[in-house]
Amino acid sequence: MITVRNLSHRIGSAEILHDLSLDFPKDGITAIIGPNGAGKSTLMGLMARLVPIQTGKVEIDGHCVAKTRTEALARRMAIVTQRVGVASRLRVGDLVGFGRWPHHHGRPRDEDHAAVERALAAFDLTELRDRFLDELSGGQNQRAFIAMGLAQETDWLLLDEPLNNLDMYHARALMARIHALSREGGRSVVMVVHDINYAAAWADHIVALENGRLAFEGAPREVLTAERLSRLFGMEIGVEEIGGRPTVLHHA
Amino acid sequence: MSRPLLLTCLALAGLVLASVSIGAASVSPWHLLSDPEGTKLLFLSRLPRTAAAMLSGASMAVAGVIMQLLVRNRFVEPSTTGTVEAAMLGLLAVTMLAPGVPILGKMGISAAAALLGMAGFLALIRRLPPEEPLMVPLVGIIYSGIIGAGTTFVAYQADLLQYLGTWMNGEFSGVLAGRYELLWLAGLVAGLAYLYADRFTIAGLGETASIGLGLNYAQTLWIGLVTVSVVTAMVVVTVGAVPFVGLVVPNIVARIMGDNLRASLPVMAGMGAGLVLASDVLGRILRFPYEIPAGTIFGAVGAAVFLWLLLGPKRRAR
Amino acid sequence: MPDRRLTILGLGLLAACAFFLFWGLKGPAGFILELRATKLAALLLVGAAVGISTVVFQTVTGNRILTPSIMGFDSLFLLVQSLMVLTMGGLGYVMTDGPAKFLLDTGLMMAASLMLFTLLMGRGRGDLHRMILAGVIIGLFFRSMTAFVLRLIDPSEFSVVQQVMFASFGAVDTTQLAIAAVLFLAVFAAIWKLAPALDIVALGRDSAVGLGLRYDRLAMVLLLLVSALVAVSTALVGPISFLGLLVAALAHEVVKTPRHVLLLPAAALIAGLVLVIGQGVFERLLGLQSTLAVIIEFFGGLLFLYLVMGGRRR
Repeated sequence: MITVRNLSHRIGSAEILHDLSLDFPKDGITAIIGPNGAGKSTLMGLMARLVPIQTGKVEIDGHCVAKTRTEALARRMAIVTQRVGVASRLRVGDLVGFGRWPHHHGRPRDEDHAAVERALAAFDLTELRDRFLDELSGGQNQRAFIAMGLAQETDWLLLDEPLNNLDMYHARALMARIHALSREGGRSVVMVVHDINYAAAWADHIVALENGRLAFEGAPREVLTAERLSRLFGMEIGVEEIGGRPTVLHHA
Repeated sequence: MSRPLLLTCLALAGLVLASVSIGAASVSPWHLLSDPEGTKLLFLSRLPRTAAAMLSGASMAVAGVIMQLLVRNRFVEPSTTGTVEAAMLGLLAVTMLAPGVPILGKMGISAAAALLGMAGFLALIRRLPPEEPLMVPLVGIIYSGIIGAGTTFVAYQADLLQYLGTWMNGEFSGVLAGRYELLWLAGLVAGLAYLYADRFTIAGLGETASIGLGLNYAQTLWIGLVTVSVVTAMVVVTVGAVPFVGLVVPNIVARIMGDNLRASLPVMAGMGAGLVLASDVLGRILRFPYEIPAGTIFGAVGAAVFLWLLLGPKRRAR
Repeated sequence: MPDRRLTILGLGLLAACAFFLFWGLKGPAGFILELRATKLAALLLVGAAVGISTVVFQTVTGNRILTPSIMGFDSLFLLVQSLMVLTMGGLGYVMTDGPAKFLLDTGLMMAASLMLFTLLMGRGRGDLHRMILAGVIIGLFFRSMTAFVLRLIDPSEFSVVQQVMFASFGAVDTTQLAIAAVLFLAVFAAIWKLAPALDIVALGRDSAVGLGLRYDRLAMVLLLLVSALVAVSTALVGPISFLGLLVAALAHEVVKTPRHVLLLPAAALIAGLVLVIGQGVFERLLGLQSTLAVIIEFFGGLLFLYLVMGGRRR
């Protein structure tokens, strides 16, 4: 379980997160949703120690994020952020291989190679393994970085908007893959998702942020209601049940 | 051994042979070994000169790629980021204020100045918009120019312009046994960088990705910067700066075999050594019996390659 | 001239000239005065050439950061010079001194810079930073090529070229000065006639064509005139990279109008002021010799950084 307690964060005079306390349950997929500027990526960054914590506390399976060594955290959780572009020229296989770095620090063993193979295969990257990152499309790049996070084989996988740049086919493939991991691989996944329908279709738990505060949380079927979503996004939103899942209609 | 590495080694071997057998005193390769005078020439001048060219080329290439990964920009290297100029300024200062300091002390002060110069550059480019990668080398070149102008001014006032001339222009004709050994240290420092190859490669993915993988980013950054400044200072002190090696070599090697330093660093070092040695050999042949400094030859060729990288067919800034 | 700012600049320049000529003059003044007058004329001429060429160049290229010398025009001149020594030999080079050489220089220079410019504009158009960076690298390339060619030249002929390599207002040849003055006046007359058209060029290619200007041909002509001016100033005193940038920025600041009838004289006057005062202070007050170019390099570099770092980008 990841526990967040009294977390506040400011950048300059702007308050991004305000005294936030919540839990991310172990196992399954938790989707963080909310309008732009709600603080989703900041929360993600604080949990993954990419941004130093100002006030409050984050614990991951009982280990305080602020106090645990960064190498140790890298064996506990993997984070994949939104990408701005990479200057260096790496092969896909090398990049995914670096996902094992926290485990071997330069001396890969057989199990490391095996983990890389699994991650490559999971994202249809085996054939692209010798291609350079700067020769790939944005979506392929995105998949390579997620595969690197996967190869880390950590209990927790944190994904910041992993569906960006992905077409419908690969977005669904990615979600299916993550879903399978959370079921069979015993991984817990936290992800920031913009498209509510992906959250509704795949997530086990929803966390909605609004202006740096918790708006609501719970199982998709319970919390994804037309009333709540309309208030969260400040617009008229309809929710229909299709195939046993709530489906959000922005043209209600 | 990978194929690029094998080819580099073969080319290097040929160049070494050429380098020891070509020079102002015409001695046949056979005499170099059999004749006592020849052997003396070989061990006093030809071999040290060859070693000096290779060591400076290899270590500057390594410094260049480390810098490129840490700055995350393909178009930077010590001579386009104020590092070389700052090293010279430090050297000039110690020459003026404390001429009695032993060479290692001078080197240390020069390296510290180079580090400061680089820190200034990093502070400058932090303010640049990330979507304008070409601003980074541009700002770096102008920044170098400003430090260079300041250095020239001081040197002019102190009547030390000739010193500046020798530091600015990499030349190996004055290399003799006993006068270049500092370069082995530069080579050693660059070699030690190989132990950090993975870390530098990861740092090249950016700060967030590095932290995500549990890398101590700040430590890696500092180790890299210290490596670059020590190498730069030592090369400037002993033979003079060889511009563009650190830019041209990593760019060419990365095009072929990518940036995974564990695989590419040896090739980069070898290629840097080879190209500088080739420039030196060429400099001895072109205007025989006069010599053209290797730095001059490499400067011209390097600038042309830089232009090609910038305007050439594959127009990618990153 | 009716404009108040230009009048003030003009008066200031006159005062600076007087200061330069007469400060610390003692004993038999005739000879020293003659020497100083020659130097003063060179400073004014170079200032005017650099100031005007930079303003015109920036108008044509539509940016305020790039200048002919940053793009390596004056390094190109040096390269041409050393290539001439290499091909003709030092003796031949010296023999062709005088008007003929000056015209040859200028002609070669115009041809070469035209090539340089079309290359850069063709590849870099629409990407200002790529263009500026390429310009800077081209400058570096020419400088190192020149150094290389110089090494190929016989050491005994080396001194012939060496004197044109470094910016120095120390020794200026009077005949050269006279030829340069004539050439400058001719070019300036041509540019002056085009001043109103320059105002329209400044609006950019599309608007200029829309207003019925034969833009491409005009731009070519203007760039040719610019390279002639660069040849004039570089031949006289050698390269001063950032003077143009400094002066053009100041001229725009002072005049605050896009009208070239005012901009051009302002740039010429300001450049004269900077050079005369700078050289005067260096020589008369500080007793330093010919380090002005280095100082200009230093402050010009700082200004360039400021402009590039987004002080005022266009």
